[in-house]
Amino acid sequence: MSALRILVPIKRVIDYAVKPRVNKTQTGVETAGVKHSMNPFDELSIEESVRIREKKSAPGGVEDICVISAGPTKAQDVLRTAMAMGADRAIHVEVKEGDDLEPLSVAKLLKAAAEQHKSNLVILGKQSIDDDANQTGQMLAGLLGWPQATQASKVEFGEGDSVTVTREVDGGAETLRAKLPLIITTDLRLNEPRYASLPNIMKAKKKPMEKKTLADFGITAERRLKVLGVTEPPARQGGGKVDDVDGMVAKLKELGAI
Amino acid sequence: MATSGFSETQLTVRHAVMQTCSRFPNTYWQEHDQNEQDPADFHAAMAKDGWLGIALPEPLGGSGLGISEATMMMQTIAESGAGMAGAQSIHANWRVCFGVTEPNAGLDTLRLSTTAAKQQDGSYLVSGQKIWITCAQVAAKMILLARTTPLDQVRKPSEGLSLLCIDLDRSRPGLEMRRIKKMGGRAVDANEVFFDKYVVPAGSDALIGEEGQGFKLILHGMNAERCLLAGEALGLGYAALARAAEYARDRVVFQRPIGMNQGVAHPLADAYMRLEAAKFATYHAARLYDASRTDASIRLDEVGVACNSAKYLAAEAAFAACERAVLAHGGMGYALEFDVERYFRECLVPRIAPVSREMILNYVGEKILGLPRSY
Repeated sequence: MSALRILVPIKRVIDYAVKPRVNKTQTGVETAGVKHSMNPFDELSIEESVRIREKKSAPGGVEDICVISAGPTKAQDVLRTAMAMGADRAIHVEVKEGDDLEPLSVAKLLKAAAEQHKSNLVILGKQSIDDDANQTGQMLAGLLGWPQATQASKVEFGEGDSVTVTREVDGGAETLRAKLPLIITTDLRLNEPRYASLPNIMKAKKKPMEKKTLADFGITAERRLKVLGVTEPPARQGGGKVDDVDGMVAKLKELGAI
Repeated sequence: MATSGFSETQLTVRHAVMQTCSRFPNTYWQEHDQNEQDPADFHAAMAKDGWLGIALPEPLGGSGLGISEATMMMQTIAESGAGMAGAQSIHANWRVCFGVTEPNAGLDTLRLSTTAAKQQDGSYLVSGQKIWITCAQVAAKMILLARTTPLDQVRKPSEGLSLLCIDLDRSRPGLEMRRIKKMGGRAVDANEVFFDKYVVPAGSDALIGEEGQGFKLILHGMNAERCLLAGEALGLGYAALARAAEYARDRVVFQRPIGMNQGVAHPLADAYMRLEAAKFATYHAARLYDASRTDASIRLDEVGVACNSAKYLAAEAAFAACERAVLAHGGMGYALEFDVERYFRECLVPRIAPVSREMILNYVGEKILGLPRSY
């Protein structure tokens, strides 16, 4: 089996525990002064890559784990975190704050990166928790012409470059088998990401981080979509009270629910 | 807490320690405090992620960071709700405890009376009493400061003391310990330890450094310890203040949040400023301590004054914050589940230890103001 060269795209997003607020101009959510951290699904991708290496589950071994992130300078924080968790090196593609990339541009960037770095496995989060697009992995597979296994809950390696991926679907589990090169996107039950230990945080400072621009990958950040407006969901209305079961049945009928 | 002015490494430490501590919420510390139960799994989690070796040189398996980063670590631990109990479980643990303080010497360390008498065969016989020994119940070893040359046979009282790393073998004769019931930090045991001709076998390589020079080694660590304690006090103060502010925003009496009353808001705002000021003093001292290791132009007493001042200011600021946090909660401040009573009980520790407020005032009066010594 080929030695794995894993590319792990990651994104810096508003921390999952923060309650996002719509900005004053109603064009997006407020990001200034808000705590950011790594997209939780991307933590799963890194953890899985590191486990494949540690558990020696791939017969050909893991030659390289490279993390890549496109974003403002602050994106380097999540790249350092990824290297503290066990990635070997990082690529930071500088994109100005506010110049967000659409999933297709990200997929084009990742295609170029995967080709440049001779990756044969790309593990992505199934979606980022900011815009929840859930498109990048699929588009990347399309652009590269590679097979894809999305929302993985288990990844196993067999002989002759074959990879078996279990994914949770409605009512059960689906098992897919494909050959490298391959795109995998991660789902919550795949693993439980580790906390970086202090010695590894210190080592991560010395790991290489390449600084690139979109032009280095021959990409321009063209926009195909226009955000017309972002608004808060309407405030919830209080419920009504019924006296007894008969009252509830009558109410449900009145509302046309039964 | 405002985080401007901290180094990237300090902020990384803060963030990572917060993550580990987030698995040990206030309820964990409430229970361990009530049941006087050692926070062994917290300690194990911190050890697993490499935090115990934060200031240990890299060749020895540590991370080689300074007291500036270690202080941030201790502050973050205390601030997470772990308080002084959490911090103390890092100072001492199942590996090692520290035996310096004695009941009949107190702050007059040079008059400690525990002796380690060297025998013909190279072993030591230890006799005497130590007190306030954190984690003696669970530790495998003790770093012991004891007199190896009697006071009347040395040129200066600071000589003749030696530092020994000894096994705490509770099955051997001559070693007894008794847990002290105490006000705060009940999760972590503090003890009286009695030695009566307890044998430290020859060949156990117990002596640290040179015989008779133990006090110098202790002095070396004292300024660093002041910084760490200052950080812990700050953490406790910020934790209490955050709880008080949260409560004052949410608690509605007379149809408005109590925090709208200036009588509630102003003491908390004042406490915040005191904590911030103490924070600058603390991290200034820690930076100075770290810099003094490579910069010979920094005088030792300059470091000493900075570290002692930091401990003093941080302890007082923490006390103000914790007391006001209890008062801002009204009756609920007295209830265990709101945590501020626990913080309040614990915030007396940094005021008292490792050196009293009065001795710091004496020190500054003498070293900075040139006033004659009173004791």
